[in-house]
Formats: sequence, structure tokens, C-alpha cells
Amino acid sequence: MVVPILKQGQYLIASVQAALTDTDLLKLRDALTEQVGTYRSRGVIMDVTALDVMDSFACRTLSDLAVMIKLRGAETVIVGIQPEVAFSMVQLGLKLEGVATALDLEEGLAYLDQKTKRVARAINEQKR
Amino acid sequence: MPEIKPRRPVPTPTSSDAEGTAALLRELVSHLRGNRTQLREEWARRITEAKLLTAMTKEEIFAEATSIYDNYVDVLETGAVEALQAYARNLSERIIPRGVETHEVVGIVLLLRDVLARSLFEKYQSDFALLNRVLDAYEPAANRIANTVAVGFVQERERIIREQQEAIRELSTPVLPVRERLLILPIIGVIDPQRARQLTEQLLRGIRTNRAKVVVIDITGVPSIDSTVANHLVQTVESARLLGATVIVTGLSPEIAQTLVTIGVDLGKMNTVGDLRGGIEEAERLLGYKVHPLTESPTAQA
Repeated sequence: MVVPILKQGQYLIASVQAALTDTDLLKLRDALTEQVGTYRSRGVIMDVTALDVMDSFACRTLSDLAVMIKLRGAETVIVGIQPEVAFSMVQLGLKLEGVATALDLEEGLAYLDQKTKRVARAINEQKR
Repeated sequence: MPEIKPRRPVPTPTSSDAEGTAALLRELVSHLRGNRTQLREEWARRITEAKLLTAMTKEEIFAEATSIYDNYVDVLETGAVEALQAYARNLSERIIPRGVETHEVVGIVLLLRDVLARSLFEKYQSDFALLNRVLDAYEPAANRIANTVAVGFVQERERIIREQQEAIRELSTPVLPVRERLLILPIIGVIDPQRARQLTEQLLRGIRTNRAKVVVIDITGVPSIDSTVANHLVQTVESARLLGATVIVTGLSPEIAQTLVTIGVDLGKMNTVGDLRGGIEEAERLLGYKVHPLTESPTAQA
């Protein structure tokens, strides 16, 4: 199952449509870290609305992905975690610490807008 | 719940004994029917004397006493308790809302048993052997009747309690949207693990349907908390974060604060504010609202 990665302005949107195997996840990770550089993206949105299970490997991969993308100069936000999924994740101790989360795609975009604006403002101020 | 199965009036080892008992019971029933008015009045008098059923008027007591008396004699005659069971349930339904207690219901049935036994003593006082046999027939049947009525009453009570618990559970966890993207979850009363689970479920669902960004959980009305529930609360806060919402917990009482620290719950990620008012102000700040009173005129400001 290949996850489509859509380019939307300054951002990349990876929309997961069905359950992913570990290999699929690693492929997605590789593709995203690659494309962040190719498109000079400022942010990445991982949409997991369609997932009804998140295991420890998926959570770790997503946390790692967030750090890698940060190193490549972009922000990551995970959107659309279902309420039941969220609670079972927390019960399993998978808290995605240090990773930004948002309710849905719209919220994720708003978060990235705000985040990148803040970075841009900081850079501008430094220049001055 | 165990139903009381109708049995033959009195279980007896041999058929000749059984016939004798049946004959005695018939005699007994005709005696009770014959003295119906007098015994019934005696019973009603003793109920009032013992200060039972104080929630009911004298006339009501007498009316109920009559129906119970007739049912009682019927059961002695036929040995079938179904009609009495139905009557006991119906009676319980009527008198429980008026505050009649279990001990009162058991009390009046035992009183009737006593009144009837005394009348038997009086009738057979000359023949001790016969009295013994009459009591052998009477006692088990009377016990079964007392049992049926008491069980009926208690079952009805339990049914009402169950219904009320259900109702309380449904009402107990409102998730209130107070502003766009701001939810308030006031919790009042003791949280048990089941209620905690329900709270989490409703909150997470509420976040999704209301697209909430900030949630204020107010636990001013929670008297105490144990480690299971505290951990559940922390998990709820973290789950809400995964949905992209910030949770502010307000109104932690000194006792709860002490408990949480003593049992060592990790509260590092919990955003806590003293009271609900402060919590709402903090939430408004997070959402970018600024509230100021309308009455404040420019001159007053200057």
C-alpha cells in the first residue's frame, strides 16, 4: 500500500488510506525525508484519520520521522488521530512526545501556517 | 434473581401425613376466613401500635391489610405464591416512593404471622397435640409467604436503585461548549473507574464533534480521587493532546493535590489552574480571545 504524498503550497501532505505494514511505513519515511528537500517544503502533515490502530512501531517511526524532518528544516504535524486510537495509544504508553498533533487537516494547516510564520518573523527580526 | 417456586403446601414424608396436613390446612383456612374481620382489625391495630407504615394513613393501612390478609389466606389454601408475588411487587411499586422501609414491610408480614398464630393458640389451647400439628402445617407456609413478600419488596427496591444509577450515569458527564473551540467538562461527585472511562470517551468524542482546541476540566466538585482515577485523568489529558486539544484542569482541592503528589502521579504535562474562572481565562488567552466589559467608557479609562 503506497501512501500518496501531495504537495500543497509550501507543505507536503501524506494521507494514509489503509493499515500500513512496517515496510510501508519505512518507505513512507524515506519518501518524505527525501521530498522535503526536493520541494523545499516548510511543513509536513501526516493524516492518519483512516487508521484504527497505531502500534508501537508506527508511533516510533512517526516520532523519528518528525525529528528527521526537523533536521531537514521543516515542521511535522500528525492529524486525525481517532479518539479511541488516541486513548489506546496512551494506555500503551505511546504518547508521541515531542510531536505536534492536530484535530484534522484544516487544523494541521493552521498550525503549520502559524509555526512557519513565527519562524519567518524571527528570521526577519534577526536580519534587522 | 431466584424466584420462589410454588410447592405443595407442606412437604411431608408420607401420604397419610400429607392428607392429614391438607385437612388441617383446610380447617385452618376456614378458621381464618371465619374470623376475617376480627383478625384483620387486630392486625391493623398492631401495625399502628408498632409504629410501622407511618407514611400511610389508617384507612390506607386497613385497605392494604385487607388485600394482604386475603392473599395470605389464599396462599395458605392453594400453596401457589404467584398471585402474592405479583401483589407484593405491585404493593412495593406503590409504597417505595412514599418512603416505606424494608423493615416495615417485613415487620407487618411477621406481625400478621404472629396475629394468626395467636388466634390458633387460642382456638386449640385445649388440645396440645392438635395445636402442634396445626402449627406444623401453618409455620412453613407462613414462612414462605413472609419470604415471598420480603423478596418481592427488596427486588423492587433494587430495580429502582439500578434505574436511578443508570440515570445518574447518563446525566453525570455533560460536555459543554462555551465558546467556539472551547469545551468545559464540570465533574461533580465521586469518580469510579467506570465513570472515568465514560468521561474520557465523552470528552474525546466531544473534542472531535465540537472541533475543540482547549478543554477545561473542572474537578471542584470531586471530593477525592484514587491512583487509578488519577492515572486515568492523566491519560485522558494525553489522549486529548493527541487529538490536538489542550486540557486545563481546574479546581483541584487541597486534599486531591496532596493525594496526587503522595501517590506520585506524573503531573508534569498537566496544565492546572486554581479555579474554573482562572481556567476559562487561561483558555481564552490560548484561543486568542480578549474579554473586556462593555460598560467601561473611554472617560473611565482615562
